[in-house]
Amino acid sequence: MTTAVATPLAERMRAVVGPANVLSSPSDLLVYECDGFTIEKNQPDIVVFPTSTEQIVAIVKACHELGVPFVPRGAGTSLAGGCLPIGGGVMIALTRMKRILEVNYRDRYAIIEPGVVNLWLTNHLKPRGYHFAPDPSSQGACTIGGNVATNSGGPHTLKYGVTVNHVLGVELVLPDGQVVPTGGPVEDMPGYDLTGVIVGSEGTFGVASKVWVRITRNPEAYRTLLGVFETVDDATNTISDIIGAGIIPGALEMLDSLILQAVEAAFHFGFPLDAGAVLIMEVDGLDAGLDQDAERIIEIAKKNHAREVRKANTEAERLLLWKSRKQAFGAVGRLAPSYCTQDGVVPRTKLPAVLKFIQHVGVKYALKIANVFHAGDGNIHPILLFDERDPDQVKRVLSASNEILDECIRLGGSVTGEHGIGVEKIDFMPKLFAPDDLAMMLRLRNAFNPDGRCSPRKMLPTAGACIEQSKAGRHAAM
Amino acid sequence: MARPKHDAGIDYELFLDCVHCGLCTSACPTYVELGDENDSPRGRIYLMRAVTDGRIDLDESVQKHLDLCLDCRACESACPSGVQYGKLIEPFRIHMEKTGTKPDNLSWLQKFLLYRFTPYAIRMRLALAPARVAQWTGLDTLMRKSGLLNLMPGSLRQMHAMLPPLKAHYGTMPEWLPAEGTRRARVALFTGCAADAFFPQTNLATARVLQKNGCDVWIPRKQVCCGALHYHAALEAPAKDFARQNLHAFLEHGTAGQSQPAGSANARPQAAWQDFDAIIVNAAGCGAMLKDYGHLFHDSPDADRAAIFAKKVKDISEFLIDLGPVAPTHPWKVKAAYHDACHLCHGQQIRKQPRQLLEMIPELQLVPLNESEICCGAAGSYNLTQPEMAERLGERKARNVLDTSADAVLSGNVGCLIQLGRYLREKKPGLTVAHPIDALWASYSGEPM
Repeated sequence: MTTAVATPLAERMRAVVGPANVLSSPSDLLVYECDGFTIEKNQPDIVVFPTSTEQIVAIVKACHELGVPFVPRGAGTSLAGGCLPIGGGVMIALTRMKRILEVNYRDRYAIIEPGVVNLWLTNHLKPRGYHFAPDPSSQGACTIGGNVATNSGGPHTLKYGVTVNHVLGVELVLPDGQVVPTGGPVEDMPGYDLTGVIVGSEGTFGVASKVWVRITRNPEAYRTLLGVFETVDDATNTISDIIGAGIIPGALEMLDSLILQAVEAAFHFGFPLDAGAVLIMEVDGLDAGLDQDAERIIEIAKKNHAREVRKANTEAERLLLWKSRKQAFGAVGRLAPSYCTQDGVVPRTKLPAVLKFIQHVGVKYALKIANVFHAGDGNIHPILLFDERDPDQVKRVLSASNEILDECIRLGGSVTGEHGIGVEKIDFMPKLFAPDDLAMMLRLRNAFNPDGRCSPRKMLPTAGACIEQSKAGRHAAM
Repeated sequence: MARPKHDAGIDYELFLDCVHCGLCTSACPTYVELGDENDSPRGRIYLMRAVTDGRIDLDESVQKHLDLCLDCRACESACPSGVQYGKLIEPFRIHMEKTGTKPDNLSWLQKFLLYRFTPYAIRMRLALAPARVAQWTGLDTLMRKSGLLNLMPGSLRQMHAMLPPLKAHYGTMPEWLPAEGTRRARVALFTGCAADAFFPQTNLATARVLQKNGCDVWIPRKQVCCGALHYHAALEAPAKDFARQNLHAFLEHGTAGQSQPAGSANARPQAAWQDFDAIIVNAAGCGAMLKDYGHLFHDSPDADRAAIFAKKVKDISEFLIDLGPVAPTHPWKVKAAYHDACHLCHGQQIRKQPRQLLEMIPELQLVPLNESEICCGAAGSYNLTQPEMAERLGERKARNVLDTSADAVLSGNVGCLIQLGRYLREKKPGLTVAHPIDALWASYSGEPM
């Protein structure tokens, strides 16, 4: 974008949202040049903060008239560059649309604006004993709008499902300014499942201005166990055996020895530092029967040579255990100056194979790789440690990441479980999908966003979109 | 680009600790209110680094965002990477002050009162004397109602609006108070400056609670303001002067009882400062500052003494829980909410202890307060330097307190108590706003709060 376009644009935007809701000075725009993915940067020409659906409509209509691209942004916690304003243009920051419009406990849904922080919704529901089930590790900061865009997961999605399972409807502002409500407070509307298509579209269809979400009753009780294993193999075999035994844990998370060091330094939970791996295993539901499930899990873990299985005895212990897990990525900052978190998926039974492969890659490229992941659904998060000031290490991290993700594809999985494709993994799309599949996806996108003005060059490697090869970098929470 | 680089003397590695994950954003009160990345911790670090690198100018807009920071450290609690935000923002603000680029948000009168009066307990007490009299005689209400208050200069009116209901000052506490029953510990009490003038009853309650718990309490005469008010306003030199005086008052003058004629009625044991188990403080802001003396003097000849001093500093709630408090007996039938003062929860990681003390009081029901760790907007002199944001956060806190339908709100810091009172007084007239130690003493003694 040139400044020649920016000036009338700024005037239009100020007229729509008022001067207090527009940022246009160079120093104010700088911080919007990247999100949690810091390898590629680009400043928007202007940032606007709408406070209503009508304002979003007016903003995108102005963009339409002026031929300016735009990109929606929530808290900017994407690890894949989902909020990178490619080509500049207008950044629609939804952080001032943060009202919880309605909570209906009897019908179990809530209507919320996209800028509501995931955890705020759960906190709001807490006194009545409800929560919003998708709980990504960044839930304390990320917004519902971003959860809808990336179809966020989290530790508890093993049992409760990902975001798409908890979104009943979306009010979407299309790039031409049309407002399309899909779904609504009741489930399974006839016709095509448009809500299902919109969730996970990474902002390439339009701007979600309102979301109907399902709210979930809190489980009556939990049993949270910490299994300590000598080897990663024993831990992963335990995972497969638990699922194989018909138990569906609320969560099943693995941390290897390297990540344990970081987490212990940060949170002092009392993790055994000499263990090969630990599993956090949680069952929840009606209190009756949980002890039995817990006993069966302990038995399975022991059969797989668990050194010990500890129980979280108090709610405080349970919360500290979860905090340690959820903030593990950030804690890795204590082990190395830089790190790159990968986000691959493999079928659960292939976990031992992919972890062996990661180990092998670490040796091959002389890199330390820590592992912490949602073991229950095969979503791995190898964290490659390095020093970004050493170009050779950066190169090795890049090659190692690519090899690991290629192996995930080879094993029948994919290159992202929850972070999304964004700009970071766009080069993998042709490896995951045939040209026909990609062409079909483009046709679908064009039905909503025919000019590609909304979130240009995201997710789909469209013609002419030469995204630079992604480089490894400093990543944090997932 | 020919932009000047800025060197605020910050270790560049501290910038690199931030991995740009954004988990701090929703913990930051100004971001929660404004939703602008520039007013978030991650954004501010990005701005400071960009200015340091010469990527952007230290222009008015950048300074505005940095100045709006409350220095509440909620971001440090939220950060999994261990970013030391305070070690970035504070030197950077001092740099802005030195380069003369820092905008001046205070009137001369406010500065005079804030830096020349507030830190001096006696001056402050005298200054508040007319206000005390006015409140007790009803003159204050009359002035408010008649509009006479409007004749005061705006900046002074703003300060007047903050005043809590003032209770009678206890006068001068003895330098030495003996333990009740078997002595379990020897402590020194830090009484502070503004806190002592605004809430004298809390210092008195603290001393009595300590006695009740078997502590000899020594109240060094030569102690002064902790220096926090100046330090957080980037006035490093006066802050260090105060700190040095305190080191002297507590360490070198630590032979309590020296001047006592032997054999007098309440003979005090001879005790050197080394014999004191702790320096007790009841104000979160002062406590965080006192605990930071080690860092303040880390590169000076006073380093060792400062480190010894800092190690002994304990918040009253922290100290009592470690000691094992005597159970209070008089019931207080009330639904109470506890607000976490930033400098307790983020600054000192003290969250459980005050709650544990409150829960010991018979019939007191502690209810959860949503966003209890979000700053109330008091933040030292922030009330005066950023009145608009302080008001937004004050109103936000008030809404959260009202939502609990509690009849009492307790907090361990003088600034918070003033702010809570200011924004809740009219909305809920019967509401008790007090320090947890006030409540604990009332439950020990049966005296009304």
